[in-house]
Amino acid sequence: MTENLTTTISSASQTVEISRDFPTVMIGERINPTGRKKVLAALQEGDFSIVKQDAILQVEAGAKILDVNAGVPGADEPELLKQVMQMVMDATDVPLCIDTADPEALRAALEIYEGKPLINSVNGEDKSINAILPLVKEFNAAVIGLCMDDTGIPSTPEDRLAVAEKIITHADKLGIPAEDVIIDPLALTMGSDHNAGRIALETIELVAEKFGVNITMGVSNISFGLPDREYINSTYLAMAIYAGLTCPITNPLVTEIQTAVQAADLSMGRDEYGSRWIKAYRERQKKESES
Amino acid sequence: MSETLSKLSTAVIEGDLEVMEDLTSQALDEGKEAQEVLNEGLMPGMDHVGVEFKAGNMFVPEVLRSARAMQASMSILRPLLTESGVELAGKVLLGTVKGDLHDIGKNLVAMMCEGAGFEVKDLGKDVEPDVFVEGVRDFGPDVLGMSALLTTTMRAMEHTIKSIEEAGLRDQVKILIGGAPVTQSFADQIGADGYASNAASAADLAKKLISA
Repeated sequence: MTENLTTTISSASQTVEISRDFPTVMIGERINPTGRKKVLAALQEGDFSIVKQDAILQVEAGAKILDVNAGVPGADEPELLKQVMQMVMDATDVPLCIDTADPEALRAALEIYEGKPLINSVNGEDKSINAILPLVKEFNAAVIGLCMDDTGIPSTPEDRLAVAEKIITHADKLGIPAEDVIIDPLALTMGSDHNAGRIALETIELVAEKFGVNITMGVSNISFGLPDREYINSTYLAMAIYAGLTCPITNPLVTEIQTAVQAADLSMGRDEYGSRWIKAYRERQKKESES
Repeated sequence: MSETLSKLSTAVIEGDLEVMEDLTSQALDEGKEAQEVLNEGLMPGMDHVGVEFKAGNMFVPEVLRSARAMQASMSILRPLLTESGVELAGKVLLGTVKGDLHDIGKNLVAMMCEGAGFEVKDLGKDVEPDVFVEGVRDFGPDVLGMSALLTTTMRAMEHTIKSIEEAGLRDQVKILIGGAPVTQSFADQIGADGYASNAASAADLAKKLISA
Protein backbone atom coordinates (compact mmCIF):
# COMPACT_ATOMS: atom_id res chain seq x y z
CA MET A 1 0.00 0.00 0.00
CA THR A 2 1.30 3.40 -0.98
CA GLU A 3 1.66 5.97 1.76
CA ASN A 4 -1.36 8.25 2.20
CA LEU A 5 -0.42 11.72 0.98
CA THR A 6 -1.65 14.87 2.73
CA THR A 7 -2.99 17.82 0.75
CA THR A 8 -2.89 21.16 2.54
CA ILE A 9 -5.34 23.86 1.46
CA SER A 10 -5.57 27.25 3.13
CA SER A 11 -7.35 30.57 3.31
CA ALA A 12 -5.91 33.75 4.83
CA SER A 13 -6.73 32.43 8.31
CA GLN A 14 -7.48 28.68 8.11
CA THR A 15 -5.62 25.56 7.05
CA VAL A 16 -7.34 22.31 6.06
CA GLU A 17 -5.45 19.03 5.81
CA ILE A 18 -6.86 16.26 3.62
CA SER A 19 -5.67 12.68 4.01
CA ARG A 20 -6.98 9.15 4.54
CA ASP A 21 -5.46 9.43 8.04
CA PHE A 22 -7.82 12.29 8.96
CA PRO A 23 -11.59 12.81 9.03
CA THR A 24 -13.34 13.30 5.70
CA VAL A 25 -13.33 16.89 4.42
CA MET A 26 -16.65 17.98 2.93
CA ILE A 27 -16.37 20.49 0.07
CA GLY A 28 -19.67 22.40 -0.11
CA GLU A 29 -21.16 22.23 -3.62
CA ARG A 30 -23.96 24.75 -3.42
CA ILE A 31 -22.34 27.95 -4.73
CA ASN A 32 -22.94 26.89 -8.31
CA PRO A 33 -25.61 28.13 -10.73
CA THR A 34 -25.52 24.89 -12.79
CA GLY A 35 -28.87 23.22 -12.31
CA ARG A 36 -29.93 25.80 -9.71
CA LYS A 37 -32.13 28.22 -11.58
CA LYS A 38 -32.66 30.47 -8.56
CA VAL A 39 -28.91 31.00 -8.10
CA LEU A 40 -28.51 31.54 -11.84
CA ALA A 41 -31.22 34.20 -11.90
CA ALA A 42 -29.81 35.93 -8.80
CA LEU A 43 -26.27 36.05 -10.20
CA GLN A 44 -27.55 37.35 -13.52
CA GLU A 45 -29.19 40.20 -11.64
CA GLY A 46 -26.05 40.85 -9.61
CA ASP A 47 -27.74 39.71 -6.39
CA PHE A 48 -25.15 37.96 -4.22
CA SER A 49 -27.25 37.58 -1.06
CA ILE A 50 -28.06 33.96 -1.89
CA VAL A 51 -24.31 33.27 -2.28
CA LYS A 52 -23.60 34.72 1.14
CA GLN A 53 -26.37 32.67 2.71
CA ASP A 54 -25.20 29.46 0.97
CA ALA A 55 -21.65 30.08 2.18
CA ILE A 56 -22.60 30.59 5.81
CA LEU A 57 -25.10 27.71 5.97
CA GLN A 58 -22.70 25.23 4.40
CA VAL A 59 -19.89 26.09 6.82
CA GLU A 60 -22.30 25.80 9.76
CA ALA A 61 -23.31 22.37 8.41
CA GLY A 62 -19.70 21.15 8.43
CA ALA A 63 -18.20 22.11 5.06
CA LYS A 64 -14.44 22.69 5.51
CA ILE A 65 -13.91 24.02 1.96
CA LEU A 66 -16.40 25.79 -0.32
CA ASP A 67 -16.59 25.20 -4.05
CA VAL A 68 -17.23 28.45 -5.93
CA ASN A 69 -18.61 28.33 -9.47
CA ALA A 70 -19.83 31.41 -11.32
CA GLY A 71 -20.55 29.91 -14.72
CA VAL A 72 -23.37 32.18 -15.85
CA PRO A 73 -24.03 32.18 -19.59
CA GLY A 74 -23.27 35.49 -21.24
CA ALA A 75 -21.65 36.96 -18.13
CA ASP A 76 -18.09 38.26 -17.84
CA GLU A 77 -16.91 35.17 -15.96
CA PRO A 78 -13.53 36.49 -14.71
CA GLU A 79 -15.26 39.50 -13.18
CA LEU A 80 -18.25 37.60 -11.81
CA LEU A 81 -16.10 34.82 -10.32
CA LYS A 82 -13.96 37.43 -8.53
CA GLN A 83 -17.07 39.11 -7.11
CA VAL A 84 -18.62 35.85 -5.93
CA MET A 85 -15.33 34.73 -4.37
CA GLN A 86 -14.92 38.05 -2.61
CA MET A 87 -18.42 37.72 -1.20
CA VAL A 88 -17.64 34.22 0.09
CA MET A 89 -14.27 35.28 1.54
CA ASP A 90 -15.96 38.18 3.36
CA ALA A 91 -18.71 35.92 4.73
CA THR A 92 -16.58 32.94 5.88
CA ASP A 93 -12.98 32.02 6.74
CA VAL A 94 -12.77 28.63 5.02
CA PRO A 95 -10.49 27.89 2.05
CA LEU A 96 -12.04 27.85 -1.42
CA CYS A 97 -12.20 25.47 -4.32
CA ILE A 98 -12.18 27.62 -7.48
CA ASP A 99 -14.48 25.95 -9.99
CA THR A 100 -14.15 27.20 -13.57
CA ALA A 101 -13.48 25.86 -17.06
CA ASP A 102 -12.13 29.22 -18.22
CA PRO A 103 -8.35 29.75 -17.76
CA GLU A 104 -8.78 33.51 -17.87
CA ALA A 105 -11.36 33.46 -15.08
CA LEU A 106 -9.12 31.09 -13.13
CA ARG A 107 -6.17 33.46 -13.33
CA ALA A 108 -8.30 36.40 -12.26
CA ALA A 109 -9.57 34.38 -9.29
CA LEU A 110 -6.09 33.18 -8.29
CA GLU A 111 -4.81 36.76 -8.32
CA ILE A 112 -7.25 37.88 -5.63
CA TYR A 113 -7.16 34.71 -3.52
CA GLU A 114 -5.26 34.75 -0.22
CA GLY A 115 -3.79 31.38 0.77
CA LYS A 116 -3.48 28.11 -1.10
CA PRO A 117 -6.67 27.28 -3.01
CA LEU A 118 -7.90 24.11 -4.63
CA ILE A 119 -8.51 24.44 -8.38
CA ASN A 120 -11.46 22.61 -9.93
CA SER A 121 -10.29 21.30 -12.39
CA VAL A 122 -7.84 19.91 -14.92
CA ASN A 123 -8.53 16.82 -17.04
CA GLY A 124 -6.46 14.47 -19.19
CA GLU A 125 -6.88 16.46 -22.41
CA ASP A 126 -3.60 18.04 -23.57
CA LYS A 127 -5.36 21.37 -23.99
CA SER A 128 -6.54 21.32 -20.38
CA ILE A 129 -3.20 20.13 -19.00
CA ASN A 130 -1.32 22.86 -20.88
CA ALA A 131 -3.72 25.62 -19.81
CA ILE A 132 -4.35 24.72 -16.16
CA LEU A 133 -1.25 23.04 -14.69
CA PRO A 134 1.09 26.04 -15.27
CA LEU A 135 -1.38 28.17 -13.27
CA VAL A 136 -1.42 25.59 -10.48
CA LYS A 137 2.37 25.84 -10.33
CA GLU A 138 2.56 29.63 -10.64
CA PHE A 139 0.12 30.21 -7.79
CA ASN A 140 1.25 27.24 -5.66
CA ALA A 141 -2.25 25.79 -5.61
CA ALA A 142 -3.63 22.25 -5.46
CA VAL A 143 -5.74 20.89 -8.30
CA ILE A 144 -8.51 18.38 -8.96
CA GLY A 145 -7.76 16.04 -11.88
CA LEU A 146 -10.77 14.54 -13.65
CA CYS A 147 -10.48 11.01 -15.07
CA MET A 148 -11.47 11.99 -18.61
CA ASP A 149 -9.58 12.95 -21.77
CA ASP A 150 -10.08 13.74 -25.47
CA THR A 151 -11.94 10.47 -25.96
CA GLY A 152 -14.44 11.22 -23.19
CA ILE A 153 -14.88 9.37 -19.91
CA PRO A 154 -13.27 5.92 -20.02
CA SER A 155 -15.64 3.07 -19.21
CA THR A 156 -13.21 0.92 -17.19
CA PRO A 157 -11.44 1.63 -13.88
CA GLU A 158 -8.09 0.72 -15.49
CA ASP A 159 -8.50 3.31 -18.25
CA ARG A 160 -9.54 5.95 -15.72
CA LEU A 161 -6.44 5.11 -13.66
CA ALA A 162 -4.36 5.73 -16.80
CA VAL A 163 -5.84 9.23 -17.13
CA ALA A 164 -5.09 9.92 -13.44
CA GLU A 165 -1.51 8.78 -14.04
CA LYS A 166 -1.17 11.08 -17.05
CA ILE A 167 -2.28 14.10 -14.99
CA ILE A 168 -0.06 13.23 -12.00
CA THR A 169 2.95 12.68 -14.31
CA HIS A 170 2.46 15.99 -16.14
CA ALA A 171 2.05 17.80 -12.81
CA ASP A 172 5.28 16.23 -11.56
CA LYS A 173 7.16 17.46 -14.64
CA LEU A 174 6.15 21.01 -13.75
CA GLY A 175 7.23 20.55 -10.16
CA ILE A 176 3.72 20.10 -8.72
CA PRO A 177 3.96 17.35 -6.09
CA ALA A 178 1.52 14.42 -6.20
CA GLU A 179 -0.02 15.48 -2.89
CA ASP A 180 -1.27 18.62 -4.61
CA VAL A 181 -3.20 16.60 -7.18
CA ILE A 182 -6.60 15.33 -6.03
CA ILE A 183 -8.17 12.81 -8.38
CA ASP A 184 -11.88 12.70 -9.28
CA PRO A 185 -12.85 9.25 -10.60
CA LEU A 186 -16.15 10.69 -11.99
CA ALA A 187 -19.32 9.15 -10.66
CA LEU A 188 -21.83 8.94 -13.50
CA THR A 189 -25.48 8.34 -12.87
CA MET A 190 -26.64 4.84 -11.98
CA GLY A 191 -30.02 5.81 -13.40
CA SER A 192 -28.77 5.12 -16.89
CA ASP A 193 -26.04 2.57 -16.14
CA HIS A 194 -26.30 0.40 -13.07
CA ASN A 195 -22.54 -0.30 -13.20
CA ALA A 196 -21.59 3.39 -13.00
CA GLY A 197 -21.30 3.37 -9.20
CA ARG A 198 -19.14 0.29 -9.07
CA ILE A 199 -16.78 1.59 -11.78
CA ALA A 200 -16.13 4.80 -9.81
CA LEU A 201 -15.57 2.85 -6.56
CA GLU A 202 -13.05 0.57 -8.24
CA THR A 203 -11.31 3.58 -9.79
CA ILE A 204 -10.96 5.11 -6.32
CA GLU A 205 -9.34 1.93 -5.01
CA LEU A 206 -6.91 1.68 -7.92
CA VAL A 207 -5.85 5.34 -7.78
CA ALA A 208 -5.47 5.38 -3.98
CA GLU A 209 -3.50 2.13 -4.02
CA LYS A 210 -1.12 3.22 -6.79
CA PHE A 211 -0.52 6.89 -5.95
CA GLY A 212 -1.73 7.49 -2.39
CA VAL A 213 -3.27 10.75 -3.59
CA ASN A 214 -6.46 12.24 -2.20
CA ILE A 215 -9.74 11.55 -3.94
CA THR A 216 -12.70 13.85 -4.50
CA MET A 217 -16.03 13.20 -6.19
CA GLY A 218 -19.32 14.92 -6.84
CA VAL A 219 -21.64 12.47 -5.14
CA SER A 220 -25.04 13.96 -5.94
CA ASN A 221 -24.92 12.95 -9.62
CA ILE A 222 -25.01 9.19 -9.10
CA SER A 223 -28.68 9.09 -8.15
CA PHE A 224 -30.00 11.28 -10.98
CA GLY A 225 -33.22 9.86 -12.41
CA LEU A 226 -33.90 7.65 -9.38
CA PRO A 227 -36.30 8.11 -6.46
CA ASP A 228 -35.24 8.67 -2.82
CA ARG A 229 -31.91 10.10 -3.90
CA GLU A 230 -30.71 10.98 -0.37
CA TYR A 231 -30.55 7.31 0.63
CA ILE A 232 -28.53 6.41 -2.44
CA ASN A 233 -26.18 9.38 -2.10
CA SER A 234 -25.49 8.83 1.59
CA THR A 235 -24.93 5.07 1.26
CA TYR A 236 -22.71 5.55 -1.75
CA LEU A 237 -20.76 8.26 0.05
CA ALA A 238 -20.00 5.92 2.96
CA MET A 239 -18.89 3.15 0.59
CA ALA A 240 -16.69 5.56 -1.36
CA ILE A 241 -15.05 6.76 1.87
CA TYR A 242 -14.16 3.15 2.64
CA ALA A 243 -12.73 2.83 -0.91
CA GLY A 244 -10.52 5.89 -0.37
CA LEU A 245 -12.57 9.03 -1.00
CA THR A 246 -11.27 11.83 1.24
CA CYS A 247 -12.91 15.10 0.14
CA PRO A 248 -16.33 14.70 -1.47
CA ILE A 249 -17.95 17.69 -3.19
CA THR A 250 -21.42 17.47 -1.75
CA ASN A 251 -24.36 19.21 -0.13
CA PRO A 252 -23.63 19.36 3.61
CA LEU A 253 -27.09 20.75 4.33
CA VAL A 254 -28.65 17.32 3.77
CA THR A 255 -28.85 15.49 7.11
CA GLU A 256 -28.32 12.05 5.49
CA ILE A 257 -25.08 13.31 3.91
CA GLN A 258 -23.78 14.72 7.21
CA THR A 259 -24.57 11.55 9.14
CA ALA A 260 -23.15 9.28 6.42
CA VAL A 261 -19.81 11.13 6.54
CA GLN A 262 -19.72 11.14 10.34
CA ALA A 263 -20.66 7.47 10.65
CA ALA A 264 -18.16 6.50 7.93
CA ASP A 265 -15.36 8.38 9.73
CA LEU A 266 -16.27 6.65 12.99
CA SER A 267 -16.31 3.29 11.19
CA MET A 268 -12.89 3.99 9.67
CA GLY A 269 -11.35 4.67 13.10
CA ARG A 270 -11.01 8.39 12.48
CA ASP A 271 -13.21 9.59 15.35
CA GLU A 272 -11.57 8.89 18.70
CA TYR A 273 -14.06 7.98 21.45
CA GLY A 274 -16.78 8.72 18.90
CA SER A 275 -16.60 12.27 20.14
CA ARG A 276 -17.47 13.97 16.85
CA TRP A 277 -20.38 11.59 16.25
CA ILE A 278 -21.76 12.29 19.74
CA LYS A 279 -21.25 16.03 19.40
CA ALA A 280 -23.12 16.02 16.09
CA TYR A 281 -25.93 14.00 17.69
CA ARG A 282 -26.31 16.56 20.48
CA GLU A 283 -26.43 19.37 17.94
CA ARG A 284 -29.20 17.61 16.04
CA GLN A 285 -31.11 17.05 19.29
CA LYS A 286 -30.76 20.69 20.20
CA LYS A 287 -32.02 21.80 16.78
CA GLU A 288 -35.00 19.46 17.01
CA SER A 289 -35.97 20.73 20.45
CA GLU A 290 -35.68 24.32 19.24
CA SER A 291 -37.90 23.75 16.22
CA MET B 1 -58.58 -3.60 -29.31
CA SER B 2 -56.93 -6.97 -29.87
CA GLU B 3 -55.61 -8.84 -26.89
CA THR B 4 -52.16 -9.15 -28.47
CA LEU B 5 -51.87 -5.39 -28.98
CA SER B 6 -52.94 -4.73 -25.43
CA LYS B 7 -50.34 -7.23 -24.23
CA LEU B 8 -47.74 -5.33 -26.29
CA SER B 9 -48.69 -2.07 -24.59
CA THR B 10 -48.32 -3.68 -21.19
CA ALA B 11 -44.97 -5.21 -22.16
CA VAL B 12 -43.70 -1.78 -23.24
CA ILE B 13 -44.81 -0.27 -19.94
CA GLU B 14 -43.16 -3.06 -17.98
CA GLY B 15 -40.05 -3.02 -20.18
CA ASP B 16 -40.44 -6.74 -20.76
CA LEU B 17 -37.87 -7.23 -23.51
CA GLU B 18 -38.23 -11.02 -23.70
CA VAL B 19 -41.81 -11.09 -24.97
CA MET B 20 -41.60 -8.23 -27.46
CA GLU B 21 -40.47 -10.10 -30.57
CA ASP B 22 -42.97 -12.92 -30.08
CA LEU B 23 -45.87 -10.58 -29.41
CA THR B 24 -44.98 -8.43 -32.42
CA SER B 25 -44.79 -11.46 -34.73
CA GLN B 26 -48.00 -12.81 -33.25
CA ALA B 27 -49.82 -9.53 -33.94
CA LEU B 28 -48.58 -9.53 -37.54
CA ASP B 29 -49.60 -13.21 -37.92
CA GLU B 30 -53.06 -12.27 -36.73
CA GLY B 31 -53.25 -9.99 -39.74
CA LYS B 32 -52.50 -6.62 -38.14
CA GLU B 33 -50.67 -4.04 -40.25
CA ALA B 34 -47.28 -2.80 -38.97
CA GLN B 35 -48.81 0.65 -38.61
CA GLU B 36 -51.59 -0.74 -36.41
CA VAL B 37 -49.08 -2.54 -34.21
CA LEU B 38 -47.15 0.69 -33.79
CA ASN B 39 -50.15 2.96 -33.23
CA GLU B 40 -52.28 0.67 -31.09
CA GLY B 41 -49.65 -1.53 -29.43
CA LEU B 42 -46.40 0.36 -28.86
CA MET B 43 -47.49 3.98 -28.80
CA PRO B 44 -50.16 3.68 -26.09
CA GLY B 45 -47.50 1.95 -23.97
CA MET B 46 -44.92 4.70 -24.49
CA ASP B 47 -47.60 7.36 -23.99
CA HIS B 48 -48.36 5.87 -20.60
CA VAL B 49 -44.63 5.77 -19.75
CA GLY B 50 -44.32 9.43 -20.79
CA VAL B 51 -47.22 10.52 -18.62
CA GLU B 52 -46.06 8.55 -15.59
CA PHE B 53 -42.45 9.76 -15.99
CA LYS B 54 -43.60 13.36 -16.19
CA ALA B 55 -45.71 12.86 -13.07
CA GLY B 56 -42.74 11.45 -11.16
CA ASN B 57 -44.25 7.97 -10.86
CA MET B 58 -41.75 6.27 -13.17
CA PHE B 59 -37.98 6.70 -13.17
CA VAL B 60 -35.12 6.92 -15.66
CA PRO B 61 -34.08 3.23 -15.58
CA GLU B 62 -37.70 2.18 -16.16
CA VAL B 63 -38.03 4.52 -19.13
CA LEU B 64 -34.80 3.12 -20.55
CA ARG B 65 -36.14 -0.42 -20.18
CA SER B 66 -39.40 0.49 -21.86
CA ALA B 67 -37.55 2.14 -24.71
CA ARG B 68 -35.35 -0.92 -25.16
CA ALA B 69 -38.45 -3.12 -25.29
CA MET B 70 -40.02 -0.84 -27.86
CA GLN B 71 -36.84 -0.92 -29.96
CA ALA B 72 -37.03 -4.72 -30.13
CA SER B 73 -40.46 -4.47 -31.67
CA MET B 74 -39.52 -1.54 -33.92
CA SER B 75 -36.66 -3.52 -35.47
CA ILE B 76 -39.32 -5.88 -36.84
CA LEU B 77 -41.81 -3.16 -37.76
CA ARG B 78 -39.47 -0.58 -39.28
CA PRO B 79 -38.73 -2.45 -42.55
CA LEU B 80 -42.45 -3.19 -42.96
CA LEU B 81 -43.34 0.44 -42.37
CA THR B 82 -40.79 1.60 -44.93
CA GLU B 83 -42.04 -1.00 -47.42
CA SER B 84 -45.63 0.11 -47.13
CA GLY B 85 -44.55 3.76 -47.45
CA VAL B 86 -46.31 4.76 -44.25
CA GLU B 87 -45.77 8.37 -43.21
CA LEU B 88 -44.32 8.68 -39.72
CA ALA B 89 -45.20 11.61 -37.48
CA GLY B 90 -42.14 13.45 -38.78
CA LYS B 91 -38.37 13.55 -38.42
CA VAL B 92 -36.47 14.64 -35.34
CA LEU B 93 -32.73 15.34 -35.24
CA LEU B 94 -31.10 15.40 -31.80
CA GLY B 95 -27.76 16.13 -30.19
CA THR B 96 -25.97 17.41 -27.09
CA VAL B 97 -24.11 20.61 -28.01
CA LYS B 98 -20.39 21.21 -28.38
CA GLY B 99 -18.34 20.88 -25.20
CA ASP B 100 -21.04 18.98 -23.32
CA LEU B 101 -20.86 15.25 -22.62
CA HIS B 102 -24.19 14.83 -20.84
CA ASP B 103 -26.59 12.69 -22.81
CA ILE B 104 -29.12 11.01 -20.52
CA GLY B 105 -31.79 13.64 -21.02
CA LYS B 106 -31.16 13.78 -24.76
CA ASN B 107 -31.39 9.95 -24.97
CA LEU B 108 -34.71 10.04 -23.13
CA VAL B 109 -35.99 12.62 -25.58
CA ALA B 110 -34.93 10.32 -28.46
CA MET B 111 -36.91 7.47 -26.94
CA MET B 112 -39.97 9.53 -26.21
CA CYS B 113 -39.96 10.89 -29.75
CA GLU B 114 -39.67 7.39 -31.21
CA GLY B 115 -42.48 6.33 -28.94
CA ALA B 116 -44.53 9.20 -30.29
CA GLY B 117 -44.00 7.91 -33.83
CA PHE B 118 -41.16 10.12 -35.05
CA GLU B 119 -38.23 9.00 -37.12
CA VAL B 120 -35.29 9.99 -34.91
CA LYS B 121 -31.67 10.62 -35.76
CA ASP B 122 -29.29 11.13 -32.85
CA LEU B 123 -25.98 12.93 -33.51
CA GLY B 124 -24.66 12.02 -30.05
CA LYS B 125 -22.87 14.37 -27.64
CA ASP B 126 -20.26 17.13 -28.00
CA VAL B 127 -21.73 17.97 -31.42
CA GLU B 128 -20.13 20.85 -33.35
CA PRO B 129 -22.47 23.48 -34.87
CA ASP B 130 -21.31 22.45 -38.37
CA VAL B 131 -22.35 18.86 -37.72
CA PHE B 132 -25.82 20.05 -36.74
CA VAL B 133 -25.95 22.12 -39.94
CA GLU B 134 -24.99 19.11 -42.06
CA GLY B 135 -27.54 16.99 -40.21
CA VAL B 136 -30.31 19.48 -40.95
CA ARG B 137 -29.28 19.61 -44.59
CA ASP B 138 -28.89 15.85 -45.14
CA PHE B 139 -31.55 14.34 -42.88
CA GLY B 140 -34.13 17.07 -43.42
CA PRO B 141 -35.72 16.96 -39.96
CA ASP B 142 -38.95 18.72 -39.06
CA VAL B 143 -37.60 19.37 -35.58
CA LEU B 144 -34.06 19.84 -34.28
CA GLY B 145 -33.61 19.22 -30.56
CA MET B 146 -30.50 20.43 -28.73
CA SER B 147 -29.48 19.65 -25.16
CA ALA B 148 -26.95 21.22 -22.76
CA LEU B 149 -26.51 20.49 -19.07
CA LEU B 150 -23.91 23.11 -18.21
CA THR B 151 -24.24 26.86 -17.85
CA THR B 152 -20.91 27.03 -19.67
CA THR B 153 -22.10 25.06 -22.72
CA MET B 154 -25.62 26.39 -23.21
CA ARG B 155 -24.23 29.26 -25.29
CA ALA B 156 -23.28 26.66 -27.90
CA MET B 157 -27.03 26.37 -28.64
CA GLU B 158 -27.05 29.99 -29.69
CA HIS B 159 -23.96 29.49 -31.87
CA THR B 160 -25.57 26.47 -33.50
CA ILE B 161 -28.76 28.38 -34.30
CA LYS B 162 -26.61 31.14 -35.84
CA SER B 163 -24.77 28.58 -37.98
CA ILE B 164 -28.09 27.15 -39.17
CA GLU B 165 -29.27 30.66 -40.03
CA GLU B 166 -26.05 31.40 -41.91
CA ALA B 167 -26.47 28.18 -43.89
CA GLY B 168 -29.92 29.42 -44.94
CA LEU B 169 -31.70 26.48 -43.32
CA ARG B 170 -33.40 28.15 -40.37
CA ASP B 171 -36.87 28.33 -41.95
CA GLN B 172 -36.83 24.60 -42.79
CA VAL B 173 -36.67 23.33 -39.22
CA LYS B 174 -38.25 24.01 -35.83
CA ILE B 175 -35.71 24.20 -33.03
CA LEU B 176 -36.39 22.81 -29.59
CA ILE B 177 -33.95 23.10 -26.66
CA GLY B 178 -33.66 21.63 -23.17
CA GLY B 179 -31.32 20.77 -20.28
CA ALA B 180 -30.99 21.62 -16.59
CA PRO B 181 -29.86 25.27 -16.89
CA VAL B 182 -32.11 26.07 -19.87
CA THR B 183 -35.22 28.21 -19.45
CA GLN B 184 -38.05 29.47 -21.64
CA SER B 185 -36.58 32.97 -21.53
CA PHE B 186 -33.21 31.63 -22.70
CA ALA B 187 -35.00 29.86 -25.57
CA ASP B 188 -36.71 33.13 -26.54
CA GLN B 189 -33.47 35.05 -26.24
CA ILE B 190 -31.50 32.81 -28.60
CA GLY B 191 -34.35 32.42 -31.10
CA ALA B 192 -35.34 28.80 -30.48
CA ASP B 193 -38.92 27.77 -31.26
CA GLY B 194 -39.48 26.01 -27.98
CA TYR B 195 -38.20 24.80 -24.62
CA ALA B 196 -39.13 21.59 -22.84
CA SER B 197 -38.33 20.84 -19.22
CA ASN B 198 -38.46 17.04 -19.56
CA ALA B 199 -38.37 14.29 -22.17
CA ALA B 200 -42.11 13.65 -22.30
CA SER B 201 -42.93 17.33 -22.82
CA ALA B 202 -40.23 17.47 -25.50
CA ALA B 203 -42.05 14.84 -27.56
CA ASP B 204 -45.39 16.60 -27.01
CA LEU B 205 -43.89 19.92 -28.04
CA ALA B 206 -42.27 18.41 -31.14
CA LYS B 207 -45.73 17.23 -32.24
CA LYS B 208 -47.22 20.64 -31.56
CA LEU B 209 -44.47 22.49 -33.42
CA ILE B 210 -45.02 20.34 -36.50
CA SER B 211 -48.78 20.68 -36.57
CA ALA B 212 -48.56 24.44 -35.94
